[in-house]
Amino acid sequence: MDVQEAEQPVKKAALSKKESKLSTLTRELKKGKHYYILMAPYMIIFTMFTVVPVVVSFFLSFFSFNMLELPKFVGWENYARLFLSDDIFMISLKNTLLFAAITGPVSYIACFIFAWIINELTPKVRAFMTVIFYAPSISGNVFFIWLIIFSGDTYGYLNGFLMQTGFLLEPIQWLRDEQYVLWVVILVQLWLSLGTSFLAFIAGLQTIDRSLIEAGAMDGIKNRWQELWFITLPSMKPQLLFGAVLQITMAFAVADISMALAGFPSVNYAAHTVVTHLIDYGTIRFEMGYASAIATILFILMVSTNLLVQKLIRGVGT
Amino acid sequence: MALFQHRRIIKKRLNRSIPVTIMLFAFLMLFGMFMAIPLVYAINNAFKPLDELFIFPPRFFVRNPTLENFFDLVAVMGDSWVPLSRYFANTIIITVFGTVGHIIFASMAAYPLAKYKFPGSRVIFSIVVLSLMFSPHVTAIPNYIVMSQLGWIDTHASLIIPAMAFPLGLFLMKQFMEQLPDAMLEAAKIDGASEYRIFWTIVMPNVKPAWLTLLILQFPVLWGTNGGDFVYSEELKTLNYALEQITLGGIARAGVGAAVALILMIVPITLFVISQSKVIQTMSTSGMKD
Repeated sequence: MDVQEAEQPVKKAALSKKESKLSTLTRELKKGKHYYILMAPYMIIFTMFTVVPVVVSFFLSFFSFNMLELPKFVGWENYARLFLSDDIFMISLKNTLLFAAITGPVSYIACFIFAWIINELTPKVRAFMTVIFYAPSISGNVFFIWLIIFSGDTYGYLNGFLMQTGFLLEPIQWLRDEQYVLWVVILVQLWLSLGTSFLAFIAGLQTIDRSLIEAGAMDGIKNRWQELWFITLPSMKPQLLFGAVLQITMAFAVADISMALAGFPSVNYAAHTVVTHLIDYGTIRFEMGYASAIATILFILMVSTNLLVQKLIRGVGT
Repeated sequence: MALFQHRRIIKKRLNRSIPVTIMLFAFLMLFGMFMAIPLVYAINNAFKPLDELFIFPPRFFVRNPTLENFFDLVAVMGDSWVPLSRYFANTIIITVFGTVGHIIFASMAAYPLAKYKFPGSRVIFSIVVLSLMFSPHVTAIPNYIVMSQLGWIDTHASLIIPAMAFPLGLFLMKQFMEQLPDAMLEAAKIDGASEYRIFWTIVMPNVKPAWLTLLILQFPVLWGTNGGDFVYSEELKTLNYALEQITLGGIARAGVGAAVALILMIVPITLFVISQSKVIQTMSTSGMKD
């Protein structure tokens, strides 16, 4: 009895608390009205073309759908087919992982190292070198120049050069030989990959507090490597995190370059990636459910790698 | 002009040894050449007369530079089935509307996220950050369904509208707006300005560097688009598509192809050269804090 009576007021208090929470929420929603209106145009488009498609893709991956008939629920069948009977998917997955494992870290480190060296130059030279390194990433489809460089006949620059200097007797089919083609795609992808992260690193390096470096010198930092490790890297952590996200996403998304250089499909699927597999099923075979399963796997692959690496970088030096 | 800031460094930074500096510089030069060679080659090609384009052994630099290719380009502009000027116009329409719309919408959305806390603001920003973690390929399939429901297949809207909600732009704009002094906004509020007025007359003029950054990131994407998967009609296709066709067409139009390639490449690079310092200024706030 006593206990019950004692509980009563507590309940009432909780109830009124809930009510007041609701009323503060509506009050805040009203107060924020202008903010929602300002955000509306962007958010509507963003929802339509990013949020909804991700959700739809996830659901579609459990259906069989060819755009003509109604979707038919098939459960895990698409995923089972991908991992158990689609050999080409396994090749594409292996290529993508190999590709990401190389271009991701290499391009990330290259972005940093070049930004770091460029930052030591005088302002005019620095601006010039920044353009040189950044230009490939914004120069559109100029990467087709690499087609001429790696062309398989003697007109190809690389073949021409190697034959003139006597390293080769016969031209190599760089883009038609399984042995080389993935490496050529990797090389060109690296050439294109000094993009936004590179700029973010340059900016980060320029805003490092000078007094930190001077204080470091007093504290016995002997050379530039120590300065890099103990002062520069820790004070750039936000940019490093940002750059990591961009480079990782880029490393998993290779498709255009592979298709432009190696062809589609590439010789014996040597440069086939998860994205080109997705394009194959989505835009050529119109197996939308199956393609959605590929997209979902790609999504999980990209996001989980990103979250993992974020955690790793945050852990450095804390 | 000294290449390295040695005089100043020796005074200010004691930790520099000259041999290592030289080594690093050589390293930078080597890779700088690797980066620059294809671009220099593209520039050279555009000025090569036809006989030099097909010479054997292939020659890197142009011997007798000529503007022939550009004259040919002007000639081709008018006389093919779909005139090349049409591709030009399409590319310009897509790029201008897509980029301007993106800058305006992303700024409008970034301002509340950067400066105020309101129900949902955190969740919305986390979703935007999450969307940086996957590429648009993931959404390509359902996008087709969305587009066809909207009836936007085979229209320029299918390229322009999605480009307006490019997540990286919102992210960078929000990070940049965070450093605007609150006092400035408070003062305007006390004067009785509405949120919209504050946004247009105070916030927007103060984030000009970030406009340029969004421009530099979005412009090349749209300028280089080949029409994507949703545009089929020949008269709606873009300049880059025309270039692809010319390249596929082979020898006959190789000169024109080289000229178009140069135009496609040089416009975004020039924009970057002009806006570089502002872009770097924006990027210094680009970090992910927590």
